[in-house]
Amino acid sequence: MATIIYSMMGETVLVAEDIFRDYGCLHALNGINLCVEEGEFIAIIGPNGAGKSTLLKIVASLTSPTKGTLQIFGTKDKDREDVQDRIGMLSHETFLYDNLTARENLLFFGKLYGMEHAALDERCDYLIRKVGLWKRAEDPVKNFSRGMKQRLSLARAIIHDPSLLLLDEPYTGLDMNASSLMENLLVEKSGMTKIMVTHDMDKAFRLCNRLLIMEAGNIVHDVVANDPNARKFAEAVCFSDGGQFKC
Amino acid sequence: MLKGLNIAFKDLKIESRAREIFISMVVFSLLILIIFSIAFSDLLSSASKTATVTSGVLWICFIFAGTLGLNRTFATEVQNGCMDALKMCPIPRNSIYLSKVIFVFLLMLLVEIITIPMFSVLFNYQFTAIIWVGIVILLGSFGFVVVGCLISALVIRARAGEMLLPVLLLPLSLPVIIPAVSATSGLLRGEDIFSLMSSIRLLVVYDFVFFAVSMLVFEYVVED
Repeated sequence: MATIIYSMMGETVLVAEDIFRDYGCLHALNGINLCVEEGEFIAIIGPNGAGKSTLLKIVASLTSPTKGTLQIFGTKDKDREDVQDRIGMLSHETFLYDNLTARENLLFFGKLYGMEHAALDERCDYLIRKVGLWKRAEDPVKNFSRGMKQRLSLARAIIHDPSLLLLDEPYTGLDMNASSLMENLLVEKSGMTKIMVTHDMDKAFRLCNRLLIMEAGNIVHDVVANDPNARKFAEAVCFSDGGQFKC
Repeated sequence: MLKGLNIAFKDLKIESRAREIFISMVVFSLLILIIFSIAFSDLLSSASKTATVTSGVLWICFIFAGTLGLNRTFATEVQNGCMDALKMCPIPRNSIYLSKVIFVFLLMLLVEIITIPMFSVLFNYQFTAIIWVGIVILLGSFGFVVVGCLISALVIRARAGEMLLPVLLLPLSLPVIIPAVSATSGLLRGEDIFSLMSSIRLLVVYDFVFFAVSMLVFEYVVED
């Protein structure tokens, strides 16, 4: 049975009630209940096929739940367009256009988020410097390494300064340097609510203050990261499925 | 909705650099013209026979070149998961569709602007009602692109989606192809525009209905 811990850190960012998601006969999510408060950094961990990415996709409104309700910033599913500019997402896919330059990618997404021209230019400059790509700002993304693309992808995800950042295995394919730079950038955004799907248990424990441990479409444990039993719970679930979990 | 139109500008910018889609559309279209001009060389001495067969040739060029463009139009969005990023932006999802329609329609227009003079030279044909021919081609191309973009979005994630697109698109666009070919043929034969009004009306209705339906259903087409 899930241990439910609702921390009281500020505004309620997300409330999920009885979320089910089926793909044909496959039940990806089986009645997820979740409440996320402002400023939390949550890791969702679990073996492959546990439903982690599906849950994140529903939160990102990339897919709809088969059943259940989801409120983000107090807004229900059908009015989600109003709060979309408060959500950002960083995935293992870069969400970048290879034939555009780093700056053009940021400008394009900034415009879609309705940012004013002057503010957008300033924000682009700031973020490009921040992710260490200032010298490559005018180069097409297709010439970037995986690590550079992922850093630019983080800049793209936060171009509109979202209140909720969704991270779907953001460290995939990154070397140690790129991974550490990414980690620093994420930690710096301490006021932002973050939900990260990851297979990296060490990072989850180091960065996050709350862990959702999922198995077979359910949240089986919802614990604070410094709970003495948290690692035991996580290992028990994550190694239960043929050792698919990367430690 | 206007914010979403940045997607069309972005596509034009990418295409102006890569020129992947446009070049293949133009080359394909000119190749068809050349092949048919050789195949029908015996008919080219008679203006009336030329007019009978050439509207079909023109529309074959436009439709197959258009299909090439449609095949690639959503590919840039699927690559690197950009479609998900667009879906997360605070824009109506049908503005993604509208942008794609504008982009492919502009590409088709450019191809047509190149193809028609070449057609005139290779088939030794003097256009008399060029404005009406232009209007029919615009209406026909728009109807084709409207359906094509919807089908393209539908099949882009499917296995062998590029094969599936023409299989689904050509039957669905027949209601636009038939009146377009028939009106073009009539105009090339020098028929009075009023005798072709039924075909033109059909084109307008088809364009309007399919555009409205596509704008309504696009959101569900791109849903996972």
